[in-house]
Amino acid sequence: MSDHKKEIDQVTGVETTGHEWDGLKELNNPAPRWWIIVWVITIIWGIGYWIVYPAWPTLSGATEGTMGWTQFKELEESQAEIMARQNQYLGDFQKATDDQVLNDPKLYAFAKAGGAALFKTNCVMCHGSGAQGSIGFPNLTDDDWLWGGTIADIEQTLHYGIRSGHEKARQSQMPSFGRDELLSKPEIEEVVDYVLSFSSDKGADAKSKGAEIFANNCASCHGEKGTGGREFGAPNLTDAVWLYGDTREDVYKTVFYAHAGVMPFWDGKLSEDAIRQLAIYVHSLGGGEGKGAIKVEAEENVVPAGAPEEAEMPAQPAAGAPGFEPAAPAVDPSAENLEGGEAHPASDSTLAPETPEVKKEAEKTVNESKR
Amino acid sequence: MTSATTNIAPRYNDDVVRLFTIATIFWGVVGFAAGVFIALQLAFPWLNFEPYLNFGRLRPLHTSAVIFAFGGNALFATSYYVVQRTCRVRLWSDGLALFTFWGYNLFIVIAALGYVLGVTQGKEYAEPEWYADLWLTVVWVAYLIVYMATIIKRSEPHIYVANWFYMAFIITVAVLHLGNNLSIPVSLLGAKSYAVPSGVQSAMIQWWYGHNAVGFFLTAGFLGMMYYFIPKQANRPVYSYRLSILHFWSLIFIYIWAGPHHLHYTALPDWAQTLGMTFSIILWMPSWGGMINGMMTLSGAWDKLRTDPIIRFMIIAVAFYGMSTFEGPLMSIKAVNSLSHYTDWTIGHVHAGALGWVGFITFGALYYLVPRLWGRDRLYSIKLVNVHLWIATIGIVLYICAMWVSGIMQGLMWKSYDSMGFLEYSFVESVKEMHIFYVLRAMGGLLYLIGALIMVYNFVKTVKGEVRRAEYPEIPAYSKSTEVTV
Repeated sequence: MSDHKKEIDQVTGVETTGHEWDGLKELNNPAPRWWIIVWVITIIWGIGYWIVYPAWPTLSGATEGTMGWTQFKELEESQAEIMARQNQYLGDFQKATDDQVLNDPKLYAFAKAGGAALFKTNCVMCHGSGAQGSIGFPNLTDDDWLWGGTIADIEQTLHYGIRSGHEKARQSQMPSFGRDELLSKPEIEEVVDYVLSFSSDKGADAKSKGAEIFANNCASCHGEKGTGGREFGAPNLTDAVWLYGDTREDVYKTVFYAHAGVMPFWDGKLSEDAIRQLAIYVHSLGGGEGKGAIKVEAEENVVPAGAPEEAEMPAQPAAGAPGFEPAAPAVDPSAENLEGGEAHPASDSTLAPETPEVKKEAEKTVNESKR
Repeated sequence: MTSATTNIAPRYNDDVVRLFTIATIFWGVVGFAAGVFIALQLAFPWLNFEPYLNFGRLRPLHTSAVIFAFGGNALFATSYYVVQRTCRVRLWSDGLALFTFWGYNLFIVIAALGYVLGVTQGKEYAEPEWYADLWLTVVWVAYLIVYMATIIKRSEPHIYVANWFYMAFIITVAVLHLGNNLSIPVSLLGAKSYAVPSGVQSAMIQWWYGHNAVGFFLTAGFLGMMYYFIPKQANRPVYSYRLSILHFWSLIFIYIWAGPHHLHYTALPDWAQTLGMTFSIILWMPSWGGMINGMMTLSGAWDKLRTDPIIRFMIIAVAFYGMSTFEGPLMSIKAVNSLSHYTDWTIGHVHAGALGWVGFITFGALYYLVPRLWGRDRLYSIKLVNVHLWIATIGIVLYICAMWVSGIMQGLMWKSYDSMGFLEYSFVESVKEMHIFYVLRAMGGLLYLIGALIMVYNFVKTVKGEVRRAEYPEIPAYSKSTEVTV
């Protein structure tokens, strides 16, 4: 068995090596010629690559290759190519005022595209992929603004944030009326009922006990009629848009404990151009105020089809009359919507109200207000 | 010579091979099931149960269960089986061999408990902390001693090619394990340790380890398996002795250089990236040498592909080996890597190798081994082997196609800039698009698991001595013969 007994394999006619282990033998076929040729080609290619590119370590570093290639140069080149695309617009964008950007279709498209890309990377985790917000995070597609909805207002919020720790941050704090025993529990219940009645069908009863509590404790920030106060970021309480939930229990908790949401500041984290693009983009989502807002809304038909009479009205600041129904109702901020919501806020400034469910929702709201 | 009068069973230590075989099958099912579960976790995040059963902890559980528990036990079982027969000698020490069984499986349990409890060094495929690593070192040295001593006292003049590969696997894994686990424990009673090298050196050592774990654990070791079980099952001589020498030495010398291709476009210096990439390309043909030798061993017996599903398992395994060892060098090219890296393409590539090559060659070897180890004339059912084969093959194809499409889509989405120079997609948008592929991948994995369960059923029946009568009409009656018929 251990002898070199070479034999001829009957099936292939090839000689064996004469070794055998547990009945296993080996044929003495040569390695396939194509296999060796391809291997030699890969080796030659490898040697060529070593000559051209950085390859072998030396005592003082490494061979640099004939092309002077480094991965940092490659990165710079590919970044330069992308920046060249932005630079077609960036110079004009920097020189233009907000008004000029809004009136120049090319620059406006550029600002919105940049803002959309930035929004998806930096803002969606709180405000949602469709900017629709959720509990505690404002919907940015409606016209219900806490701190103002002009491009300049939004830009300021983006720059310095809200309660962000930045020295120029927007600051305010609602008192915790229950926890700090400023109001008793029955008093809170009274005032909650009164606040909820602003946006109810019946309307508010100015002679109720809640009205008195409201006038003494809340009106200084939220306004006598509950329409909000932007110098404090105090929400409009009359529009049925609730940042922290719309049930009686939710509102009770808000009065009892108070909320103080934080928006981070982007000053120093994003470039000035980027912040301005974001502001213009958010302003274009539907609720933008001031210059640019009317024109954009008229062009893009943000008003739901079910509310023709309201389509006549120019977009008003949210601080409208009590009972004013927002033209673009908040997109349902349910979890389902967060997941499957508008995934492409960038594609254009298509607004949530154009989806069928939202339209229905809008019609319902309008019908209810008529009833 | 020992008494060869009645049968040859006492001549070889098959008790320990049987234990390792059972462990292989058990851990295989556990590992595949864990894989299906974490695939579902990615598709349906609510399946993450915090903290013990979240994806972060179960992922290393899955990879370790399939690589080290399933693959490792399969390598122990087959290497002990093969080395005894090709050296015509009993294992050097029964006691030490049995120690490697209990020691190795204890290591797996220690490692798995650590993962679930959140203990990890954070090194891919080397997650177990220092205490588990030390224990594995003891076990591995015992394995090396048993294996080498058996080869040294062999009754054959030459060492069969399968044993070269098994030895390369055992020795190199020892070196890799020691190199990558150099760490200092924070305290003797605490699980935490810190690696000695830091920064890019640590990353380089990790991927020198990680890539060669693939190269020597999942390639060299399983090539050893291939070199015994394919010629045995086909009953044909190995195609080319010269090719086996050439590709063995070239494989082990070149593989060890390829690790840096895991760190393209990182802090790793350009020259190291170049070497990793070029040696990966030069490695292509040495890898294919094993495929050629495996496939061509069927020369003159190609008809067996029609008649023998066990041979089919082995040949499909070699085909997947060839595909992955082409895809690997392709993905190591920087231009391709800049698209494929960090995407699901990598996951698909790994599973083409793991499910197709490692899994299928092991299934083939198990189907060969189980009737022989338990002294049965035949498997309970050959038809069920065929069913297993096709269910598992469809599962693999579903898996890797889903990951190719998903991976290339991810890579393209992440790179996509619009005409104004802005990123077109956010990361979460690419995640959203991946959902359907994650579901398909989980389905592929589920099919693979079902195939393995069919195999388990077939083995249980086989070990009980049952045969499926419809398939073996020539057998007059069911017999519980325990005679060894090797």
